[in-house]
Amino acid sequence: MRAIGVEAAGVTKRFGAFTALDDVSLKVRPGTVHALLGENGAGKSTFVKCLLGYYRADSGDFVIGDRQEAIAQPQDADRLGLGMVYQHFTLVPSMSAAENLVMARADVPRVIAWKAERKRLGEFMSRMPFKIPLDIALGMLAAGERQKAEILKQLYLQRRVIVLDEPTSTLTPQEAEDVLNLMRELATSGELTIIIITHKLKEVMAFADEVTVLRRGRMAGGGKVGELTAIDMTTMMIGAAHEPGTLTRSGDPEAAARLTIRDLRSLGDHGRAGLDIAALDVRPHEILGIAGVSGNGQRELMEVLGGQRPPTGGEIRVADRSYHARRNEMHALGVRLLPEEPLRNACAPGMSVIANLNLRTFDRTDNGARRFWLDRRRMAERGRTMIEMFGIRTPSPDAPIGALSGGNVQRSVLARELDGDVEVLIVANPCFGLDVKAVAEIRARIVAARNAGTAMLLISADLDELLELSDRIVVMCEGKIVYETPGTGADAHEIGRHMAGHA
Amino acid sequence: MASGALSTLAIATLAGALRVSTPFLFVSLGECLTEKSGRINLGNEGALVLGAMTAYAGSYLAGNPWLGVLVAATCGGLLGVLHAGLCSLTRINDIAMGIAIMLAGTGIAFFFGKPYVQPSAPLLPTLPLGLWSDSPQIRSALEVSPLFFIGIVIGIFMTWAFQNTRAGMVVRIVGDSADAARAMGLRINLVRFAATATGSALAGIGGAFLSLVYPGSWNEGLSSGQGLIAVALVVFARWEPLACIGAALLFGAAGALGPSLQTVGVSQGYYLFNAAPYLLTLVLMFIAVAPGRRMRGAPGELSIVR
Repeated sequence: MRAIGVEAAGVTKRFGAFTALDDVSLKVRPGTVHALLGENGAGKSTFVKCLLGYYRADSGDFVIGDRQEAIAQPQDADRLGLGMVYQHFTLVPSMSAAENLVMARADVPRVIAWKAERKRLGEFMSRMPFKIPLDIALGMLAAGERQKAEILKQLYLQRRVIVLDEPTSTLTPQEAEDVLNLMRELATSGELTIIIITHKLKEVMAFADEVTVLRRGRMAGGGKVGELTAIDMTTMMIGAAHEPGTLTRSGDPEAAARLTIRDLRSLGDHGRAGLDIAALDVRPHEILGIAGVSGNGQRELMEVLGGQRPPTGGEIRVADRSYHARRNEMHALGVRLLPEEPLRNACAPGMSVIANLNLRTFDRTDNGARRFWLDRRRMAERGRTMIEMFGIRTPSPDAPIGALSGGNVQRSVLARELDGDVEVLIVANPCFGLDVKAVAEIRARIVAARNAGTAMLLISADLDELLELSDRIVVMCEGKIVYETPGTGADAHEIGRHMAGHA
Repeated sequence: MASGALSTLAIATLAGALRVSTPFLFVSLGECLTEKSGRINLGNEGALVLGAMTAYAGSYLAGNPWLGVLVAATCGGLLGVLHAGLCSLTRINDIAMGIAIMLAGTGIAFFFGKPYVQPSAPLLPTLPLGLWSDSPQIRSALEVSPLFFIGIVIGIFMTWAFQNTRAGMVVRIVGDSADAARAMGLRINLVRFAATATGSALAGIGGAFLSLVYPGSWNEGLSSGQGLIAVALVVFARWEPLACIGAALLFGAAGALGPSLQTVGVSQGYYLFNAAPYLLTLVLMFIAVAPGRRMRGAPGELSIVR
């Protein structure tokens, strides 16, 4: 058996006064899949970074195989056969898989003999359970293929333990299943020991042998997956048994569409698919969910609707009036947007929270007329109201919004966008990277807006979120709408098949 | 008669292209190397002017023009070291710093170059490739500097090295994804430091060509922004060294157009034709950076695309 075990005893890591990891011990048996489960900020990443030598633990020991090892830098982990597949890609996008694999080795010769290298790569690939194109720049490949390339790289480097950080966050359900099945097989055959960082219970239940749950940097529990129920694990994760609050959608969608898109086209970046949407309608009292693997035109759609990218053809109408994503039109037609990465796409990071909360209204009087001089007192008043209503945690209303946490930036932008009469709300990945409480709150606000009669377009990479919130779901693939289904009773696997382009 | 004038024009433009393109070639190859590592160095204009001055001074004082070229490469390289060193500090913008370096380079060159405007230094020899022809025009047109061929060889070598050597691949990794570079344990600042210094040294050699081959003298109006044009040229060449060679030749020909027209007696619109390279820059930049699409081939870590 090539796989080796990993043991951690009393690992503690502090950043200043903050204790990110507090006396964490766990044991991973060789040739198993071990899940590290926890919320965002529970300390999962900190733990593996200590294991892989990116952080130095303040106290605690690691036993790799059967020897106690000091892992002071990434090279030490390398030498011991520990490797990691990161959440964000760490391969070079402009280089091919072949180039990436060869350069990942520690002993690259001064001049690379490509003929010999290619032959060796070919032999290596023939032993691999899946294939990827070796000669195309990785940036051109789909997310799933790139993820596979990351895993191939670890196998190429002959690792004995591989850590996967949220490996399925960018994959379709099928791709995720493929990758996890593959990891399982590698573990069962004794080739590898696998540690998976995840916050998805389903994955733990289906693919892991054992689980360790972290909460706020401490061990919250763990054991054999077969002996634990989903409720047990959720309880460990968030402290108390937690039923996901059922969101009630009230009121049926109206018949007439409020947002209509016809033959919309745009260019994409880096040779990726642009937009090519034949028809898309969103009605009042309706959440239309857009599913798809990221990089299939969702960002482009958001940018076109938000005025960040010019369309090259087609028409967008709101309430039967032509819409070109200009600020005046948004104001007149009640179009509001919550884009992904709101700090970058919807805020002026260096300006105060108050100023950012007033970005839509600072140049209008309360009855909508234009004004030249700002009414600073009114702005502050509005801002304070929103801060209070949405529970935005900020050191001061005058602090720069860039200093706020991700969740609070998200709340701020949502507060601003939900202010006033909202006819159309376009939202992209609203809960990305937020903790359970913030997620529940933001979803509740989105559904409340829908119930109040807003026509809502929800673009999300999280299929569960779409299934929970949407009245209707469409799938985007390579810039086109390829599938449509009612939200109630939608089949996740059917959606997944269309996401992957296997119609 | 008309065809005679036309062939004269063609020969003059060709000759001009071979001469005028060399500084473009060196600066753009240097800039290409620097940008491939993820940093922009607008200071190469300064390195070009400083190289021209120090090459001339070196050649004059040592009596050997090749020694002048070496001095130019060293001084250009030192200017690159300054740029690279300052840019590796945090929160330093490489474009603003590049402009400062450009002004510093030209300023230093003007300050120390005053005594060398008058004297005449030994120039670099040229290769008489036109001996087969009876036509004196062709003979003089094909007096090609060895520096031109060295530049071509460097361009081909760089293309090969970016694909086939560890060093070349490391430069590309650092320039395309700092995350990937860190994950591999590469020392990003060190790689950029080396690429910037080497690129700047190449720009210095480009300057040596200006003062020691063509036009072949030192004065303060020698460069007229060629170093900056070369930076634009790298964008047009999509960060490919081979394309840099082609682009440099194209710009050289454009630069030679005005003087060539003069040789065949067209004097109208002379200034307009002299502006050809600048116009070409504008037009090409407009085409190369069409709105709606990001720049293809651009190294991912460049501050202008990030």
